Amino acid sequence: MSRSIWGLAWRESRTARRRLLLYMSSISLGVAALVAIDSFSANIIQSVKDQSRSLMGGDIQFNSSKPIPPAVDSLFDSLARHGLSFARVTTFPSMAVVPRTSGTRFAQVRGVTDNYPFYGGVVTQPAGRWALLRQGANAIVDPSLLTSLNASVGDTLKLGFGTFTIVATIKDVPGAAGIAEMLGPRIFIPARYVAETQLLVFGSTAERTVLAKLPSGVDPDKFVKPFKKRVEDQQVRIRTVTQTEAATEDAIENLTSFIGIVGLVALLLGGIGVASGVRAFVARKIDTVAVLRCLGASSGQILAIYVVQAAAMGLVGAAAGAALGVAIQFLLPHVLTDFLPINVRVTLVPSAVFTGLAVGGWIALIFALRPLLALRNVSPLQTLRRDTDADVLRMRWTDAPRIIVNAALVLSIVGIALSRAQTTRQAFAMSAATGLAILALAASAALLSWAARKGLRTRWPYVVRQGVANLYRPGNQTRAVTLALGFGAFLVSTLFLVQNNLLRRFTTAAAESRGNVVFFDVQEDQAAGLDSMVRGGGHDVVQLAPVVTMRIASINGKKVTDMNPVARGQRGRASWALRREFRSTYRDKPASSETIVAGKWFGDSAIRFARDTGEISLEEGISKELNVKLGDIIAWNVQGVEIPTRITSLRKVQWTRFEPNFFVVFAPPVLKGAPNQYVLLAQVKDPVAVALLQRAVVNRFPNVSSIDLTAIKRTVDRIVGRVTLAIRFMALFSLAVAIPVLFSAVSATRRERVREGVLLKTLGATRGQIARILLAEYSLLGLMGGLTGMLLSLAGGWAVVRYIFKTPFAPAILPVAGIAAVIVGLTLLIGLLAGRDVFRETPIAALRDA
Amino acid sequence: MSGEQKLAVLRDVTFTIPQGAFVAIVGPSGSGKTTLLGLLAGLDTPTRGTVLLDDTDLGKLSENDRARLRGEKVGFVFQSFQLIPTLTALENVQVPLELRGTAGAVERARDLIDRVGLSGRGHHFPTQLSGGEQQRVAIARAFANSPRILFADEPTGNLDNATGHRIFELLQSLNTDAGSTIVLVTHELTLASKASRMIRLLDGAVVEDTGADAAISA
Repeated sequence: MSRSIWGLAWRESRTARRRLLLYMSSISLGVAALVAIDSFSANIIQSVKDQSRSLMGGDIQFNSSKPIPPAVDSLFDSLARHGLSFARVTTFPSMAVVPRTSGTRFAQVRGVTDNYPFYGGVVTQPAGRWALLRQGANAIVDPSLLTSLNASVGDTLKLGFGTFTIVATIKDVPGAAGIAEMLGPRIFIPARYVAETQLLVFGSTAERTVLAKLPSGVDPDKFVKPFKKRVEDQQVRIRTVTQTEAATEDAIENLTSFIGIVGLVALLLGGIGVASGVRAFVARKIDTVAVLRCLGASSGQILAIYVVQAAAMGLVGAAAGAALGVAIQFLLPHVLTDFLPINVRVTLVPSAVFTGLAVGGWIALIFALRPLLALRNVSPLQTLRRDTDADVLRMRWTDAPRIIVNAALVLSIVGIALSRAQTTRQAFAMSAATGLAILALAASAALLSWAARKGLRTRWPYVVRQGVANLYRPGNQTRAVTLALGFGAFLVSTLFLVQNNLLRRFTTAAAESRGNVVFFDVQEDQAAGLDSMVRGGGHDVVQLAPVVTMRIASINGKKVTDMNPVARGQRGRASWALRREFRSTYRDKPASSETIVAGKWFGDSAIRFARDTGEISLEEGISKELNVKLGDIIAWNVQGVEIPTRITSLRKVQWTRFEPNFFVVFAPPVLKGAPNQYVLLAQVKDPVAVALLQRAVVNRFPNVSSIDLTAIKRTVDRIVGRVTLAIRFMALFSLAVAIPVLFSAVSATRRERVREGVLLKTLGATRGQIARILLAEYSLLGLMGGLTGMLLSLAGGWAVVRYIFKTPFAPAILPVAGIAAVIVGLTLLIGLLAGRDVFRETPIAALRDA
Repeated sequence: MSGEQKLAVLRDVTFTIPQGAFVAIVGPSGSGKTTLLGLLAGLDTPTRGTVLLDDTDLGKLSENDRARLRGEKVGFVFQSFQLIPTLTALENVQVPLELRGTAGAVERARDLIDRVGLSGRGHHFPTQLSGGEQQRVAIARAFANSPRILFADEPTGNLDNATGHRIFELLQSLNTDAGSTIVLVTHELTLASKASRMIRLLDGAVVEDTGADAAISA
């Protein structure tokens, strides 16, 4: 392209730059979302890489809910002889009691060996006190424990039968607690004093962790390979630092892909805005192009002039979005502190900014190209005899460049979807959904035009007829506005529906829960005593469920050790489900939090008589993970005894209800006599009574832990609140995207509207009449766009909730209708704002212009 | 042409204009003047018949070739001036030169602006100029590429009498200096009478051609 064309493009854009930039800014918010989320997730992943060793505390982590088996212990011994170091952590729940204040609080105790942690320092308050753990029965605790127990450093702390001195609080320790700390603050004690607490009795919940430190330069994954299977067969899980990194990356990608999709849809919506805006821009340029044609400009030169202008402004719009995205990226850590397991170091990610700029600039350009192509066809004859904008800009379907641009557009959408979605299927589903939404909106626009033409009645008042006729007359804006509006409504209400459905699960579940204090690790001989203590205090016992720990020995006769388990989510039997320790119960009636979805609940004889093969009911999710069906035989290893069972029913369990729920429920006779513990759910009226009961129980049964569910509910509510805020922000964000798009759509035909309006004024129409004409037109446009968008969002919301979040969908019609109403209102407002020029212009100006 | 139905706007129109002539096309509204001008200038192509410019059949050229030809040989002056509103007077005059990539575009444009009597107003935008001044800029632009033929469509139609006459005189003098052919469409007979030849149209047909004897009939 010659320099003079660049110069001409620059000079010719002089007065249109601001307007063109406004249209191009439709993509800014989409770019902002992409840049923010990509940059921030890159920051998280980098931070995880930097901190993964200190997060884990070692290079390899071995975990078991049982004491480490002797075979594995001897492996550690032999590895230690080869230069490996091992540190041990035993994590278990306990009630923490400070006798001075009588404060009682559920806590998570970690008994650590002297060399813990291998990586990452521990910061205490007062400083440098971590070493005191090596010097006696000392404890270092989370600050929140002191607050809730009204205690201070120096106080005596009782854990079970053990007594400790609180020597410091924790400021920073590897593997930040995050949400876990809200459930129960952490207490670090020396490993050698764990036994003194006498809390690790039969069946207690405890996790044994062994951390290994490798000599530098040794690849942890290669190192564990030779003994991995041997160790895992002993029910000890192995995790290396590289696996942790990969898992965290996966988790972050899962999280960001959903938000990324919202950003992408915002970008597409922005693209539609760009197309509408550029259409308006193109209409304004017809006269200039006709003159340029007369003066000898070729169609290539014309296209070059305006493509240069659009590309430049598109890039500026994308750059503004990228800058906003970076600003959001730097704000995010402040909002997300509670959710992040690590300290995220926020730095500029050039690749994310560049990608945002490139994708945004490209989307702006490709969407702008479609209307710009029409300028090639502007005849120089327009200088002599001016047709309507729509006639001048009409393109044939068979126009080759148009077909190429359309194909490039579709390919771009699919390409970007492919780069963002997690699976190819998801990408194609997303592109198809976008295509379908656009088609449905175009169809509804055509329907509106058709209905307006067919339904128009001569007996209607003139202003209504004129407004309705605007919907089908040549150069009408029905399609552009319905598309922008409907897509905006679709996006906003889909987000709302998803939010509504996800949050509904938490709120309804919490409200339905009948108990508020749960006691666990209750030994068999303590159950009756605890039960009468609760009842004696005037409280209700909602549920007293026996808990038996077990593992799967075989399925349909095939031993677990002989199976080839698969990773979670793949076809086959999932490794985690096969190897986990199940805490199962037995009862004769289903709990209120569960419903039978397949098979039948235990019959009378199954409840009364023991058989060779007993009956069990499986939770439907775990049945999928285990790849088993009704009638399959599962043999359980219960404390070394093998118990064969047949699956006779599948249950759906409302896990979010704060009640003891189980993967496996046995018919009572099967487990009768098996060593078990109990979990008790009580309903206690007020917080003071809860504290009193907890204190009384811990005094009598020091090993029994209890959790005040009201406190958890508060915590969950807080998290849900944050999530709600985040999703509402996204919905508002997409509404913010929709507004400039709507402006662009309306301005596309504004010139013609103004010309007509002013002519009508010349012929004697009053301002009120013109306003009513606009009102009739825009209210119908708004109604159609809003309504179609609403219907589409019900379908979209259903698909997202059902297939991505895998939960049942409940349509919230009223609020969605509310959103549609807001959109209709917005359309009216924008339509009338666009009509301002009609009121402002004098008839003589229009006549001079005509 | 209008809509689906073909409408013959011009019928049996045949004439030749020699280089350097000043021809006025007159006729009432709807007689086909503008259509004829569009065809002669290569802005449109005839459904039947031929339009030859310097022996080139305009109907056989592509739209882009016709654009190139216009850039080289044709100048335009319109009733509504048709200046590009986003460009200054000087920049408007530069456009045809820039499109052809002619060197020294600014100097040539400035010279033309001086010649149409607008020295010192070159940096003004069209909206800052009076109608007469705008038409002067349009004329300067029309002569930028030293066209062999200049088409003027009612060039004084939007101007008052006195200004109109001055514009007409300017056209005439530039024509004499440059030796261009001028085809003027007007319905003002006083202006038309000053042309060397007058072609009168009625209902799409030539009803009078004062210079028919000078033309080579085809």
